[in-house]
Amino acid sequence: MRVLLLALRRLGASIPTLLLILAGLFLLLQLAPGDTVDALMAQMGGGDAALAAELRRFYGLDLPVMARLGDYLWRLVRLDLGFSAIYGKPVATVILERLPATLLLMTASLSFAFAAGMALGVLAARRVNRWPDTLISTLGLVFYATPSFWFGLMAIVVFSVHLQWLPAGGFGDVAMGYTGWEAALDIAWHLVLPTLTLGLIFLAIYLRIMRASMLEVLSLDFVRTARAKGLTETRVVARHVLRNALLPMVTLIGLQAGTMLGGSVVVESVFALPGLGRLAYESVVQRDLNTLLGIVFVSALLVIAVNFVVDLLYARLDPRILSGR
Amino acid sequence: MSGPTRRETLLIAGGALAAAPFAASAQETPRRGGVLTVHFATEQRILNPSLQASTGVYIVGGKIQEPMLDLGADGNPTPCLAESWESTPDGKAITFRLRRGVTWHDGKPFTSADVQFTAMEMWKKILNYGTALQQFLTAVDTPDPHTAVFRYERPMPLGLLLRGLTDLGYVSPKHVYETGDIRQNPANTAPVGTGPFRFVQYERGQHIIAERNANYWRPNMPYLDRVVWRVVTDRAAAAAQMEAGQILFSPYSSLTIADMQRLGRDRRFEATTRGNEGNARTNTLEFNFRRPELADLRVRRAVAHALNIPFFIENFLGPFAKAGTGPIPSVAADYYPEGTPQYGFDRALANRLLDEAGHPRGAGGTRFSVRLHPAPWGEDISLFSTFIQQSLAEVGIRVEIVRLDAAGFLRTVYNDHAFDLATGWHQYRSDPAVSTTVWYRSGSPRGAPWTNQWGWADETIDRIIDDAATEVDPAKRKALYADFVRRAQEELAPWMPIEQIFVSVFNRRVRNAGNNPRWASSSWHDTWLAPA
Repeated sequence: MRVLLLALRRLGASIPTLLLILAGLFLLLQLAPGDTVDALMAQMGGGDAALAAELRRFYGLDLPVMARLGDYLWRLVRLDLGFSAIYGKPVATVILERLPATLLLMTASLSFAFAAGMALGVLAARRVNRWPDTLISTLGLVFYATPSFWFGLMAIVVFSVHLQWLPAGGFGDVAMGYTGWEAALDIAWHLVLPTLTLGLIFLAIYLRIMRASMLEVLSLDFVRTARAKGLTETRVVARHVLRNALLPMVTLIGLQAGTMLGGSVVVESVFALPGLGRLAYESVVQRDLNTLLGIVFVSALLVIAVNFVVDLLYARLDPRILSGR
Repeated sequence: MSGPTRRETLLIAGGALAAAPFAASAQETPRRGGVLTVHFATEQRILNPSLQASTGVYIVGGKIQEPMLDLGADGNPTPCLAESWESTPDGKAITFRLRRGVTWHDGKPFTSADVQFTAMEMWKKILNYGTALQQFLTAVDTPDPHTAVFRYERPMPLGLLLRGLTDLGYVSPKHVYETGDIRQNPANTAPVGTGPFRFVQYERGQHIIAERNANYWRPNMPYLDRVVWRVVTDRAAAAAQMEAGQILFSPYSSLTIADMQRLGRDRRFEATTRGNEGNARTNTLEFNFRRPELADLRVRRAVAHALNIPFFIENFLGPFAKAGTGPIPSVAADYYPEGTPQYGFDRALANRLLDEAGHPRGAGGTRFSVRLHPAPWGEDISLFSTFIQQSLAEVGIRVEIVRLDAAGFLRTVYNDHAFDLATGWHQYRSDPAVSTTVWYRSGSPRGAPWTNQWGWADETIDRIIDDAATEVDPAKRKALYADFVRRAQEELAPWMPIEQIFVSVFNRRVRNAGNNPRWASSSWHDTWLAPA
C-alpha cells in the first residue's frame, strides 16, 4: 500500500514536467525550417507545388501552430498519441513495434555493464594500487574514451567480416524464417555485439564508481569491527562492504536508463537494429512530430518507472532510508 | 543470411577451381533459387511506384509492379505491360496494345481498365513528375480490355511519352484502389502488382520481403526464390555487411566513396555505374538572382572560371564522375548536344571579370560574402561545397557554408529563397522535359523543389522549352534541346559542372546484374545467383 502511494506521488510529480517537455519540444520543432511535406518531397525527388499544398492539408499542417499544439495535448489527455506521418499507422503501434528491441538491448547492456562493472570494481578495490587495479582502471579509461560507433564498427570488422563468428547486424535472420526457441536464440545471437558495444562504455563508469565506493566503505569503522570479529576477508567484502558500496551504483542505474535510450541511436544505426533511438532520429529528419513526441512520452514514462524501481531498491539495500522519513 | 565460414569458402573456392575449365567452356546457365539480399538505405513512406517516382520506391516496388515499358540493353524503350504502340500524326492520340494473359498477384486479370484508372487517378493527379508529364492528358479510352488510347489536348511527342513511361508508367490494380482515399490505401505499403515478385512483408526499420511469383507471365521466370531488402542506414555498417555476405547488392551510391572504391578493388565485389546509365545526375551550383552581385552574368561566369572542376573530380570523386557540359548529360545520347559554351578553370580571368563587374577587393582581399547551402544528400555535395568555399576565397569571395537537413534545405532554398548559392543534384530522367527543363523555365510556383526558384526569368529559354515540349518531330526536338543547353550554358542560372551516374556495388554472385540502363529500378526477372 505504501509502495503504491509512493508510486502515485511520484507519477503526480512527473506529470507537469512531462507536459512542459512535450509542449517545449513541439514549439522547438516549429523553429526547425521545413515540415514533414518538405521531408517527403526530398524523399520523392520532387513534385509540384499543388501536390505539396494538398499534402499539407492531408497532414493537417495548414492549421496554426497553437491550434495544433492544443489539439495534440487534448489528444494526449485521452491517451491518443496520434497518427505517424512517415509510417501511416497510429504512433502507439509504431512505438510498440520498436519497444522490444530497445528494451532488450537496454536491459542486456545495462545488466552486463552493471554485473561486470561491479565484479571488476570489487577486484580493483581489493588489489588497489597493484597491477590488477592498474590494468582494470586503464581498460576502463580506454572503454570510456572510445566512441561507441568506432567500437561497433571495429567489432563488426573483427568478429563479423574477418572471423565470421557473429552476424554484422540486423535483429534476427529474416531469410531463415525461424520460430520459437530458434528465433529467440537467433535474436540473442544478433544482440551479442550491440550489447557489448553499448555496455562497454557504461561498464567503465560502473567500474570506477564501484572501485571508489568500495575503497571508501572499506575504510569505515564497521569494517574494522567485522575484521576484528575474525571474519574472513571474503565474508567481510560480501556481507558488509558490498551492500553499502552498491548504493551509488543503484543511483547510477536510474540516471543512465534515460541516457541508454538516447545513446542507442548510434549503436542501433551501426548494427541496423529497429529500436527507439533510430525511430526518434528518423522522426526528427522526417519532421514527424507525432512520432517524436510519442517517443519522448514513452521514454519519459520508462525513465520514471526505472527511477521508481531504484527508489524501492534503495529502501531494500539501506533500511535507514525508509525509516528516516 | 550469415555468410559461409572461412573453411566453407576455401572448400567452395577449391571446388570452383576444379570445375573451372568446364564452367569456362560452357555458356553459364541461369540457376533457379536463392535469396537476393539488397541494401535499403532510406525508409520509405510508400512502396507503390505509380504514386511516387523515386529510386527508394523503384528499388522495391519495381520488382512487384511493372511499368508500361522498360528500357532494353541498348537503352531504347522495350515492351513490358504494353506490347506495341502507335501515335496519330498530330500526336494527340497514342494507342497502346496491352499484353494478354497477365494476372495481378491476387489472381484478377490485368486489363486496359487498370491502365485507364492508374493514368487518370494516379499519374495525372498524384505521381510526382507524372502530373507534369500527363498535364494535357484528357482521357484514356478503352475500346477493348487490351487496348488503351491516351488522348492529349496538346501534341505529345511519342519519344517523350515512351521514355517517360518507363519510370512514370507503373500500373496499379484498379480493383484494389477504386474505393476509398488512394493515399491511405493499405496497398501503398503492401503493393499488389503483376511483377516477378510478390510482396510478403514490410517490417519497418528491419526488412522488406518479396517472394517468387509462380504465375509470372514470362515463362520459367524469375530465377530467384526471394528478394530481401535489409534496412541499413549507416553507410559504414552497410559496407561491413556486404563484406560479411549479409548484403549482396548496394544500389544508388549508398556506400561512402571510399568504401565503393575499396570494395571495387576486392575481387569478390564489383563497383560499377553499369545498369544506372538511365539515372544520370549532375551536381549543380544554383545562384540566387535576388542578390544583385549574383544577378550579374560576369560574376556567375567568374565563379565558374574560379572552380577547377577536373582537379576536384580527380581528387575527391574518383572514377565515378566526369566534368559536366550542361543540363543534358552525355549518357542521354538522343539529346546530348556537342559544342556548347564551357567554362574552363582560369583564375586570372575570374579575377578580371569580378573587377569589371565592380567588386574590387576590400579589407583582407575580400570582394563580397555569400552564403552557400549544400543539399544534405550525398557525400559529394558536402565535399563540393567545401571545394567551392576554398576556390572562391582565392578570387576574393568569402563563402559561409550553411548545412541543413533535407526538410530544412528544401524549405530554405526553394520556398523561403533565403540563400545566395546552393549546391545539390539535378536528376536527369530519360527525357529533358521530365525533370530538367523545370530548372530553367520561369513561372514555377514558389516552394516547388528542384525548379527555377532563382528569381530569374529568360524569355528565350522559356520559348525553347515550350516549343520542345510539344514538338512531335524527333529531329526538330533534338535541335531545340541543343538550343536549350546552349542558352543554359550562356546564362548559368544554375550551372551543372559535374556529371555522375549512380554506383552499384554487387557481390559477384549476382548474375545478369546491370544488364539494362535502369537495372536497379527494373524488375530483376532474369537475375540469378551463382553458388557461394
